[in-house]
Amino acid sequence: MKRNPKSSLSVEGKPLAAGEGDLGSEVIEEKNRNFKQAHRQWEESFKGTGRKEKRKFTTVSMEEVKPLYTPLDSGEVERIGPKYVDKLGFPGQYPYTRGVHPTMYRGRIWTMRQFSGFATPRETNQRYHYLLKQGQTGLSVAFDLPTLMGYDSDHPRSKGEVGKCGVAVDSLKDMEIIFDGICLDRISTSMTINAPSSILLAMYVVVGEKQGVASEKLTGTLQNDILKEYIAQKEWIYPPEPSMRLITDIMEFCAEHVPKWNTISISGYHIREAGATAAQELAFTLADGFAYVEAGIKAGMEVDTFAPRLSYFFNAHLDLFEEIAKYRAARRIWARHMRERYKAKKEASWLLRFHTQTAGCSMTAQQPENNIVRTAFEALAGVLGGTQSLHTNSMDETLALPSEKAVTIALRSQQIISHEIGAANTIDPLAGSYYLEALTDRLEGQAERYFEEIDKRGGVLRCIEQGYFQREIADSAYRYQREIEKKERIIVGVNDYVIEGEEVEIPLLEIDERVEREQCQALKEVRQSRDNDKVKRTLAELKKAVRGNDNHMPVLLECVRSYATEGEIVEVLKSVFGEYTEPPIF
Amino acid sequence: MSLLDRFFQKDGVALSKVISYIENQEPGYQKLLGRLYPHAGKAYKIGITGPPGAGKSTIADKISSKLAAGDKELGIIAVDPTSPFTGGALLGDRIRMQDISLLPNVFIRSMATRGSTGGLAQTTSEVTLVLDAFGKEYILIETVGVGQAELDVADLCDTTVVVLVPEFGDSVQMMKAGLMEIGDIFVVNKSDRLGAGRLLSELEMVLEIRGNQDGWGIPVVATEAVNNVGTEALLEKIIQHQSYISSHPVYEKHRKNQIRTELSRIVSRQFQELMLTRLLPSPRLESLIEEIYRGEKDPYSSGREVFSRIEVRDN
Amino acid sequence: MQKKFRILLAKPGLDGHDRGIKVVASALRDAGMEVIYTGLRQTPEMIVAASIQEDVDAIGLSILSGAHMTLFPAVLDLLKRKGAGRILVFGGGIIPEKDIEELEAMGVGKLYTPGASTREIIDYLKKTIPGRRKEEKVF
Repeated sequence: MKRNPKSSLSVEGKPLAAGEGDLGSEVIEEKNRNFKQAHRQWEESFKGTGRKEKRKFTTVSMEEVKPLYTPLDSGEVERIGPKYVDKLGFPGQYPYTRGVHPTMYRGRIWTMRQFSGFATPRETNQRYHYLLKQGQTGLSVAFDLPTLMGYDSDHPRSKGEVGKCGVAVDSLKDMEIIFDGICLDRISTSMTINAPSSILLAMYVVVGEKQGVASEKLTGTLQNDILKEYIAQKEWIYPPEPSMRLITDIMEFCAEHVPKWNTISISGYHIREAGATAAQELAFTLADGFAYVEAGIKAGMEVDTFAPRLSYFFNAHLDLFEEIAKYRAARRIWARHMRERYKAKKEASWLLRFHTQTAGCSMTAQQPENNIVRTAFEALAGVLGGTQSLHTNSMDETLALPSEKAVTIALRSQQIISHEIGAANTIDPLAGSYYLEALTDRLEGQAERYFEEIDKRGGVLRCIEQGYFQREIADSAYRYQREIEKKERIIVGVNDYVIEGEEVEIPLLEIDERVEREQCQALKEVRQSRDNDKVKRTLAELKKAVRGNDNHMPVLLECVRSYATEGEIVEVLKSVFGEYTEPPIF
Repeated sequence: MSLLDRFFQKDGVALSKVISYIENQEPGYQKLLGRLYPHAGKAYKIGITGPPGAGKSTIADKISSKLAAGDKELGIIAVDPTSPFTGGALLGDRIRMQDISLLPNVFIRSMATRGSTGGLAQTTSEVTLVLDAFGKEYILIETVGVGQAELDVADLCDTTVVVLVPEFGDSVQMMKAGLMEIGDIFVVNKSDRLGAGRLLSELEMVLEIRGNQDGWGIPVVATEAVNNVGTEALLEKIIQHQSYISSHPVYEKHRKNQIRTELSRIVSRQFQELMLTRLLPSPRLESLIEEIYRGEKDPYSSGREVFSRIEVRDN
Repeated sequence: MQKKFRILLAKPGLDGHDRGIKVVASALRDAGMEVIYTGLRQTPEMIVAASIQEDVDAIGLSILSGAHMTLFPAVLDLLKRKGAGRILVFGGGIIPEKDIEELEAMGVGKLYTPGASTREIIDYLKKTIPGRRKEEKVF
């Protein structure tokens, strides 16, 4: 057997453990053909996609770090073999426990995607130009609550909320301003929008049209995960069934016309924020994912036409190891269910790609600077768990919208993790830890038990209606709170290490009343300058389309082109679909 | 101006204060009820009962919004359970009644059972009287719906609507709960669900066996209350039952039954109060417990002994 | 019979984050209070109408969207106009210290920010409510 101690990629070259030497290699040869094969395959794919740059993969003490470590590196020959391959595999190989790409951060660091958007479209546009100048290649749009809920800025319900939690969008005009001077074929845009997602997608497509960018070239992500809205985030408009129909319409439309668009970002983030445990976040989110897959199949689509465009969005909470295990279990579960249960044939359908955001609910209003530390550890969990992109929260978010300074520190935390602490030097560095693997198995088992329970109750929609998820989550939230109050769980600065008479000394951002006035004025001008007969006509067409079974996207595009407002469109849809009220669950 | 004066001037704040006064059984509440009684007796009372999750609040909401649209004065009482351990309660029925929450002719009150079993709160009957005296023409009463026998509502109301759903369509269960005996109208809600057809035909069969009740053929209505499907038909049946019962000789029997129940409730509550205030704190009780514990007495003859003494004292 | 504390909890405005308010609802119930929960997206009109019909001692509002300077004053104002100014209005959410001071000066009760314990809230209500109740001439 050839020995090449210099190569950091070689299995055979690495002595197994003191005293074993070449004898070990023979044992591997005999017993673990699978392992060796898979390993070699990974080596090949790693070389194929590896990147050449001057970043050095060494420890702080300047020692070489390999891209991947396996039981061979710890001398645990008994842990390699088909079992290892089935459960963990190699990065970029089924079941993807160790990562979806063969190179992971050795090839490319995760995307640092900070979510932003505020005030009027003009102000958001200026911020985006600034961010793009700083080298950012993707945008992540935060909309204000009236936009998320389908109300125009001048609706009585919008009072006090316009431009507060994000940018206000009423009509195509606003989207034209937001992306003014930004070429949609050069950037990717993520839009956090759910109940009215098809309207915002339509606006984006039409903005592209006006810039001369074909919809086929557009790249980006729509959150578009309505199930988690009923379960946790509660920004719904219509009842679940018609909402699912709007989503399958989007999936179908995008598969044909916007093929590079990620149609749903299946979100556990909000489920966790509402108080779920890690196992509940994992199980309920994946159950939602399966529900979308089933809805797509039921709508007559081939699973491999839309599944590769589904992505995930998870929370990164305080418990470092449990979180890492959660991401690893998620990849394994998704791959297995997609391949075995839904018979997806394309590898792209098996890959669980995900965005991570640190846990807003873990931050405290007391001693807010401590949130920097919490966020950094949470971000580390996301990285060690192999996230594709990451948002780190700002320390002041329990007090107000984040200030510039707080946002910068949050971003710096990601940069420190990527450059300074060595966490990105090797792929899935904690694999093989007894604790972590046990946690991964435990979470997977808990998730599978939840899937059985959900099936028994008649599926995700029935569970929502019965308030099953909501009750499970509320119970966990209450239990957690009681643990804190009984001091069985210590939260620094809250129930211990308290500073009496603490004064908060961090600067806060304020959004003034001017924003609402300006936005309402702009909306009034749109209503006056457009062809109102055309608006009426297209809205009537839309009503006809949603009453039937045709895909609503083509007529919706017409409505948007005529500058019908989001609120007007939503009113039409409400008149057909009705509105949702939740069951009272505590 | 006194609370009662404001009440008779149709002041909504006074109405809700009077209800609290009754609900808390503050000193003299019986006297207050006595003052209200002559003004009551005109309201039509509709009870809505059924297992948890059947959609009682949604049905109450839809029926009410139709009645309210016809300019009827409406009162709604929604009952939720009091925790036997803490005495607290979570009252969440209003969530389902958003359609009507702002109508000037609708008054909604949530009540916690406060120890009462049987599906209503301790003072639901009295609060119904208050709403009646205030001038409410229809009063809807939604029971707790925790799945136990909740039969008190039938004694209180003129029309009892039993709401069932396919998921809970176990007919044996319904029989056990006594629900089959109390319904004047049955509703199969969520009728778009699997098993709705079976439940409908099962119900119809059981009701056929029960036969006509004094000339009222008990109807079964299929609804999807969330989508407002079938609720119009349900309201029609309720109105039909109303005109049936108010013209039929059976009404007198029904009213007298109501009065009988009411009277016995008032008396038994006084007994209960007596027990709580005089008997339980008495030192004799403690010594009796002691004697029974030592095996010197049995609880049955001791009970008789205690009771006979109260009888003597209060007769 | 001892007078129960009746508390109405509601989420005005458009945000749907109801974890906090539900935890508080459960805690108040466990402290023996009657909690009327009216759910999400309640307008000040709906909140005030319900509070009057339910004859509550206090209204707890949870606002995480930043609209607190619009919504708290609107509820206070309506309560006064409807003759129910006696009802205590307290709340919680993401509310900067400066705004808390301003709202408290307007007559809003205690406002809690993330990390507050339900014990504090219960103690506050038990301490504050009895003094605000008014004996009325009934007859």
